[in-house]
Amino acid sequence: MSRARIIWSGFTTNMKMLGTSGFFLLTSVVQPVIFATIAFYMFESGGRSGTLLYTALGAGMMGVWSTTLFASGGMIQWQRWQGTLELGVAAPPPMALLYLPFSLANAVTGAYALAATLVWGRLVFGVPLELAHPWLFPLALVATVLALGLMGLVLASTFVLYRYANAMANLLEYPVWIASGLIFSTAILPAWTRPISWVLPPYWGVLALRRAALGGDVWTPLGMVVLLGAASLAISTVTFRVFEHLARARATLSLT
Amino acid sequence: MAVIEAIDLRRTYRTTTGVLRRRPLEVEAVRGVSFGVEKGELFGLLGPNGAGKTTTIKMLITLLLPTSGHARVLGHDVVEDAREVRRRIGYVFGGDRGLYERLSAYDNLRYFAELYGVSGHRQRERIDEVLELVGLQGREKERVEGYSRGMRQRLHIARGILHDPEVVFLDEPTIGVDPIGARDLRQTIADLVASGKTVLLTTHYMFEADALCDRIAVIAKGQIVGEGTPEELKARVVDGRVTEIEVFGVEAATVERVRLLDGVTAVAVEDRDQKQLLVVQGTGERDLTAPILGVLDDVEVGRVSSREPTLEDAYIALVGE
Repeated sequence: MSRARIIWSGFTTNMKMLGTSGFFLLTSVVQPVIFATIAFYMFESGGRSGTLLYTALGAGMMGVWSTTLFASGGMIQWQRWQGTLELGVAAPPPMALLYLPFSLANAVTGAYALAATLVWGRLVFGVPLELAHPWLFPLALVATVLALGLMGLVLASTFVLYRYANAMANLLEYPVWIASGLIFSTAILPAWTRPISWVLPPYWGVLALRRAALGGDVWTPLGMVVLLGAASLAISTVTFRVFEHLARARATLSLT
Repeated sequence: MAVIEAIDLRRTYRTTTGVLRRRPLEVEAVRGVSFGVEKGELFGLLGPNGAGKTTTIKMLITLLLPTSGHARVLGHDVVEDAREVRRRIGYVFGGDRGLYERLSAYDNLRYFAELYGVSGHRQRERIDEVLELVGLQGREKERVEGYSRGMRQRLHIARGILHDPEVVFLDEPTIGVDPIGARDLRQTIADLVASGKTVLLTTHYMFEADALCDRIAVIAKGQIVGEGTPEELKARVVDGRVTEIEVFGVEAATVERVRLLDGVTAVAVEDRDQKQLLVVQGTGERDLTAPILGVLDDVEVGRVSSREPTLEDAYIALVGE
């Protein structure tokens, strides 16, 4: 059994399923444009310092996070509804390996949100797309998308145990936007929220992207993105194993 | 050594009831089930809805942890060695669910072939083999969401045997399938056994168990109430007679009074549109029609008949005990 084959097969399988989901596609296409439009008007009317590109990257990351969060949360719940969650649990590979490619596919789909935001911003609001570090920007983007996918994997593991995953996903959308500095700088948040921001991959991800675009030290936030992504993978490996065991004990794998 | 062994398996579901004051509630779904299935055998677990069949099978395929007791499949403990059990078994659930709806049947099978370690060069050949076995060749490129229930069920079986497992668990595989589709599925199951696989089948269709199974365990209220070959189970009620009476609006208390009549061994009520059919089993050749009609004095009664018992009556007698 090749892990690489399982990852590739899971990735392509989920991409096919996402590609045939009208609801998911509509949300993925429309939502980033709405986020971007609101963010640009807020930027214009607020008279804040910074550049349009700074705002565009934050708005784009909002879309990446929302897509990852809902797709990862919905992934387990949807599999439970259609009865495939039990098939996954009863298959020989560990659950973390099974759902890793699904989560990565969700995050890659979410990356479209960032691209759509930048294109929309360029076409409608004239956002300049000159990048300070053109080679580091794609690297930061790939690392951020992967780290968000792995963070989604940790969340997905908890949804194995709890049947009401969507409610939890709803609760996590806005707080992560705010704590990661996607809408406005975290400098205006109370000091006690800093440690929360520091453990969130989107916080470091958007910092890496903004610095790659506008200038500044990219490597430190990029390193943190990689570190938190690796930590998420390690955590999800454990949580999937523990929650699978608990779900088998509590009988929460199926709806009935 | 038995291929499947269940030793005093028990499973209790813990939940809560009430809205403001939530009280813990325990439901004993399986209460000390023990049985063994030998290599190459088709063993049936037969029982009414809610008897504990699915819970038992889910413990055996590692989806549920037993509250107590032990189970082994191919010598591997289902709790301690779940990974090895999963690698070597196949399972099929009845019903519409359990497939990736938006994928084609082929993509569903290819994904599961990967999960079960079917090597890349063997996948295409093996998928073609199982598609032919279940009669879905030519339809494999269509999305599953357009499949009929019978086609889905056949795809379930194809998925379950894709990795050529030694043991196959089938949980009500013909439920909701039309008669012709169900007959084809039963033939597929018979073919599996003919090819040397050990099969554990749950069903609540007596005729299905009778047609397919080498041995049957009848389960009711979480306990095994009878076990043996279909012939052995039939022999339990061959010395009695069955009285069938059409009634209109019979109450539970009246049915209970019929059950308490001298010579009555089991009573079942089957709903038939506006009326019900009261099926009363009795011992010996004694005609129970008169005493039953005496109890049904204030109930509107239709057709009355008396006949020899069938295998279904044996089942009703066992689950009604």
